[in-house]
Amino acid sequence: MKPRPFDYLRPDTIEETVALLAEYGEDARVLAGGQSLVPMLNLRLIEADALIDISQIAALDVISDRGDKIEIGAAVTQNRLLAWPQLAEKLPLLAAALPHVGHFQARNRGTVCGSIAHADPSSELPLALALLGGEIVLKSKRGERVLAAQDFHKDMLTTARAGDELITSVRFPAGKGAGVAFREVARRHGDFAIIAVAAVAEDKHVRLGVGGMAGRPLVRRIAMNEAVAAIAAWADELEGYEDLHASAAMRRDLFRNLAPRVVEEAIRCAV
Amino acid sequence: MRSLKKDERVRIGVTLNGRKVAAEAEPRMLLSDFLRHALGATGTHVGCEHGICGACTVLIDGVATRSCLTLAVQVEGREVKTVESLAGANGALNPLQQAFRDNHALQCGFCTPGILMSFTDYLARNPHPSEAEIRDVLNGHLCRCTGYAGIVKAVKQVAKG
Ligand SMILES: Cc1cc2nc3c(=O)[nH]c(=O)nc-3n(C[C@H](O)[C@H](O)[C@H](O)COP(=O)(O)OP(=O)(O)OC[C@H]3O[C@@H](n4cnc5c(N)ncnc54)[C@H](O)[C@@H]3O)c2cc1C
Ligand code: FES
Ligand code: FES
Repeated sequence: MKPRPFDYLRPDTIEETVALLAEYGEDARVLAGGQSLVPMLNLRLIEADALIDISQIAALDVISDRGDKIEIGAAVTQNRLLAWPQLAEKLPLLAAALPHVGHFQARNRGTVCGSIAHADPSSELPLALALLGGEIVLKSKRGERVLAAQDFHKDMLTTARAGDELITSVRFPAGKGAGVAFREVARRHGDFAIIAVAAVAEDKHVRLGVGGMAGRPLVRRIAMNEAVAAIAAWADELEGYEDLHASAAMRRDLFRNLAPRVVEEAIRCAV
Repeated sequence: MRSLKKDERVRIGVTLNGRKVAAEAEPRMLLSDFLRHALGATGTHVGCEHGICGACTVLIDGVATRSCLTLAVQVEGREVKTVESLAGANGALNPLQQAFRDNHALQCGFCTPGILMSFTDYLARNPHPSEAEIRDVLNGHLCRCTGYAGIVKAVKQVAKG
């Protein structure tokens, strides 16, 4: 079992990377941590004419605190962010969500931006980015653009990224209070979630997010004192989907049961 | 910038278990195959080739990594450690290996090299983990023989000492 042949390019800078992407376009794949890309290549689910390896570009391996936003470069691994000393204070939702992203060994290589680029509908980081209202920074020879999470994630494994664009970083809004909670249901810890639910308590409202119910994470703002009814109504609206792990009906039931607990936990942490 | 064509074979130099070695690879060669077939370091095992089983785990610059999800060209000039690095002179087992032996933490031994390398990295970061933390790291490995209880016991023995 081997991937089909591909050219291998390891640029040293962002500029070189963007130039290569302009040249190869859709035929190239950016190689970050390789924790989703290489399995797909090994299983020959996809093929690529060229891999552009960004994992060793120092300029992308940066976590920067910009006050109201924390910016995470495209070579920053999930475990590096998990070990960032300010994580619990600045990004408490990520401190809760990151330990659920695969397991230790995959997080050692898998990047934060790679997970967001990959856009698996049940993955934790796109859900956290959507719920917090984060942004994605995309760069190409044509220039730079910044997209809001809800404009970036379109559907299962589908994003607004153009073939010649590099995600240089993602930005998470910082310190939205301690009132956050994250829970998921998976067959075994470290497996992809069947569904994942996250909540952020605001003044009299809760922002509630769910992954694994649709092609992309969904977010809704609900009133604190009517949370249970609002969740039940939302669960009725959601279709869910069926795959190897769960039926659509099971997904809806999981959401109906898990979401009130997550909301309650977020409210409890807020006070 | 490193730039290789599809069918180009190049010499890849790495420091393997403290020794500088080199062999030929084309871009698509996985590190797991490079170690086993090009460098003859067959201690690293290959199970699933998509990141699930953990048998192929090695250290790259000290960090536990799936060698089946890494290309040989990616470790150019870097330091790779495999299970062959653990035992001392005359094959004396290191404390982690000895603990595996003492606690029946292996039967067929297929999964063992990867598990040993994961905990070599993890215990260096966190020398006194809780049982929950040990089980969390072990989640990244499949063992079809032992039922894991012996493995947890072995790591706990080393973590205490
Ligand atoms: C055993 C196992 C269990 C896992 N469990 C989970 C889990 O529970 N939850 C979860 O969320 N994930 C899980 N993963 C996936 C893991 O989180 C991946 O690390 C992540 O999805 C992709 O990040 P990466 O850096 O490895 O990207 P890669 O695999 O290198 O790339 C993934 C895709 O994104 C593109 N891409 C990556 N970076 C950029 C960029 N900067 N600009 C443009 N495009 C880019 C690539 O071209 C590719 O199409 C698991 C993986 C394994 C092997
Ligand atoms: S062979 Fe690499 S994880 Fe199974
Ligand atoms: S000892 Fe046989 S697979 Fe673990």
